[in-house]
Amino acid sequence: MDKNFNIVIAGVGGQGVITLVQLIAEAAFAEGYDVKTSELHGLSQRGGSVETHVRFGKKVWSPLISEGEADLIISLELAETLRKLRYANKNTKFVINGYFFPYPEGLSEEEITGIIGREIKQEKRIVPASKVCQEKLEKEVVSTSYLLGYCVSNELIPLKKESVLKAMENLFPEKYLELNKKAFELVWEN
Amino acid sequence: MKKILLGNEAIVQGALESGVQYVSAYPGTPSSEIGIVFGKIAQKHGIYFEFAVNEKTAMESAIGSSYSGLKTLVSMKNFGLNVALDAFLPFVYTGAKGATVIVVADDPSCHSSGQSEENSRGFADLAHVPILEPQDAQEAKDFTILAFKLSEKYSVPVILRTTTRVAHQRMPVEIGIINIENKKGEFVKNKNKFVTMPPRVLEMKGELLKKLETMKKDSEKLALISRGKGKLGIITSGVANLHVTEVLRKNNLNIPVLKIGMFNPLPEKKILSFVSDMKEVLIAEELEGFIEKKVKEIAGCKLKIYGKDLLPEIGELSNEKIALALGKLVKKKLFVKRTEKDLKIPLRYPRLCQGCPYWIVFSAIKKMAPEGTIFGGDIGCYMLAGFAPHEIQDYLLSMGSSIGVGHGINKAGGQKVIALIGDSTFFHAGIPALINSVYNKSDLLIFVLDNRITAMTGHQPNPGMGLTGTGESAKEIKIEDIAKACGAENVKTVDPVNMQELQDAIRDFINKKGTSVIVSRRICAYYERKLKKNI
Ligand SMILES: Cc1ncc(C[n+]2csc(CCOP(=O)(O)OP(=O)(O)O)c2C)c(N)n1
Ligand code: SF4
Repeated sequence: MDKNFNIVIAGVGGQGVITLVQLIAEAAFAEGYDVKTSELHGLSQRGGSVETHVRFGKKVWSPLISEGEADLIISLELAETLRKLRYANKNTKFVINGYFFPYPEGLSEEEITGIIGREIKQEKRIVPASKVCQEKLEKEVVSTSYLLGYCVSNELIPLKKESVLKAMENLFPEKYLELNKKAFELVWEN
Repeated sequence: MKKILLGNEAIVQGALESGVQYVSAYPGTPSSEIGIVFGKIAQKHGIYFEFAVNEKTAMESAIGSSYSGLKTLVSMKNFGLNVALDAFLPFVYTGAKGATVIVVADDPSCHSSGQSEENSRGFADLAHVPILEPQDAQEAKDFTILAFKLSEKYSVPVILRTTTRVAHQRMPVEIGIINIENKKGEFVKNKNKFVTMPPRVLEMKGELLKKLETMKKDSEKLALISRGKGKLGIITSGVANLHVTEVLRKNNLNIPVLKIGMFNPLPEKKILSFVSDMKEVLIAEELEGFIEKKVKEIAGCKLKIYGKDLLPEIGELSNEKIALALGKLVKKKLFVKRTEKDLKIPLRYPRLCQGCPYWIVFSAIKKMAPEGTIFGGDIGCYMLAGFAPHEIQDYLLSMGSSIGVGHGINKAGGQKVIALIGDSTFFHAGIPALINSVYNKSDLLIFVLDNRITAMTGHQPNPGMGLTGTGESAKEIKIEDIAKACGAENVKTVDPVNMQELQDAIRDFINKKGTSVIVSRRICAYYERKLKKNI
């Protein structure tokens, strides 16, 4: 990999954005890459918009991804995707959780999906992660692990399944580990 | 061995490797994880840790430890240093006995700070305090270790100044050996060292200025030059250096860079020699142009110095901002701002969690407050009172100000004020303001939102809830008892789920003379869920 791989992860506070950042960072590090992440803690977690950056490659300098330089944009919520378009170029891929979290004075789900359809010309996949996890595992909270599985199995993130599983073992406390592993591996089962 | 660490975790690691023995903190984003991590691991390592009531007491606690010869660290966010300043300035004069590092976390762009975009580097000249500025998590660790060494060598406290993009940045960090000597501190009386009074205090100032003068050579060592070609150079510090490097590499630009590691004292010789064969230099520093001013002072007028004319003084720097500025100097388009279509996606503001007790309190206040009531806001989750659907926040400044300023408004024009304040904030800075209101006879209604925790900064314990920073049980200090002891005329404690009782209390107190205090006590819903999960 010559160039660093840049991932912008968006979501709503409380969705587990930072855990996702940590998993990717640990997995990339285990594969021998240099890694940097940037995240925000604090009030942004209380249901506000959250944006984080993960970069890995031979050598990473800035913790921030420049506009137009994301390789992948993962959004854990439909509307949040639309706040990250400035990071995209024509080759950027989008993985979007088909989950809608309404908020006061926000647009409707139909309006948002309409705009996503119109404005994002790049390769985009709307994945019903929250729904699948609710149905198959009865736990929506592990949808981030499912989405990560989706990205890895579809080779949207150049990381190995085993590295992510190892990262999960290092990061999750025992009682959450099995469920998250299950969610992560769901994609391969289908 | 390397491990991925958050900047703040790297600071903890650096402190452990330096043999820290005593740590105090008051939470504040982006510094909070330092206290949280120490709270978890201190006992295991035989380190003393406390969450103090506020930053001044955290600082004083650290000073006591330092005077007793222990290796000490104290951590806070930028505003905390303002609170601690009164004790801090003389401490720098007396100097540290046990090596002492003060972590101060700034938040350019105010990601998690409402009050001001404070740049703590401004304290350099005021306090004559050495300041180190790491650029990433690895340096956060290395500079913590260096700060302890410098503090030991010069007997002076050293500030480690971080910013959000350093404190909340993760990267692989080299892990070293932890070596903590578990010993008791001992305060050995020495008036000459610990008592600041004229004329001694002026001598102390002289000694301090001398220390700083000698420290310049350490600053010189820490200033690193990346060689390059041409008559244009860049001087930078902190995370801005990473943005600069990013832009230079990406565009294959071979411009010399001087990276400053120690902001105070500045490496004047290195700066001078760096600029000596330059025609132009760009100073890439975040917020106010302190380095720029200094370079202008020492470099003479032949050099063309760019800084705040090309880079903003407001908001953090980024790759894009550096590329734009540098592009103007190398006369190339390094970054093209794309005109993005405004999709008109309304902003998503943070909001109270589901089940948050404040929902009920805010609606009761809104319902019961007479027309024209002024609502005083304070710092914590309840700042969200300012947003829809609540919209009960008419002023907001700094911790404790809801009461202090409310008193002033009431005295100035007799308007009715309801001041909202959280439990942690009440202990932090609300009590003197409450006493002032009683003493100077204003008619104020103070609402203490006691949710049994310091919620907004990530749920740290406080003196009202019976636990210390390491999770040991502690005396539970009751806010209503304090209010009564301070002489508040009317004091009542309610559980806000008893809506009727809550509303009656507001109706009853709102027109009473004197200072009234309602303590609304119900646990933070988020914290409660967290507690249940751990069981
Ligand atoms: C001087 C200072 N120190 C620290 C902070 C960071 N800070 C923001 S909110 C808060 C605590 C709020 O706790 P509390 O008053 O109990 O309200 P809650 O969040 O629990 O509602 C702190 C410490 C600050 N803004 N100013
Ligand atoms: S963290 Fe606690 S106090 Fe803050 S909004 Fe959530 S429930 Fe309310």
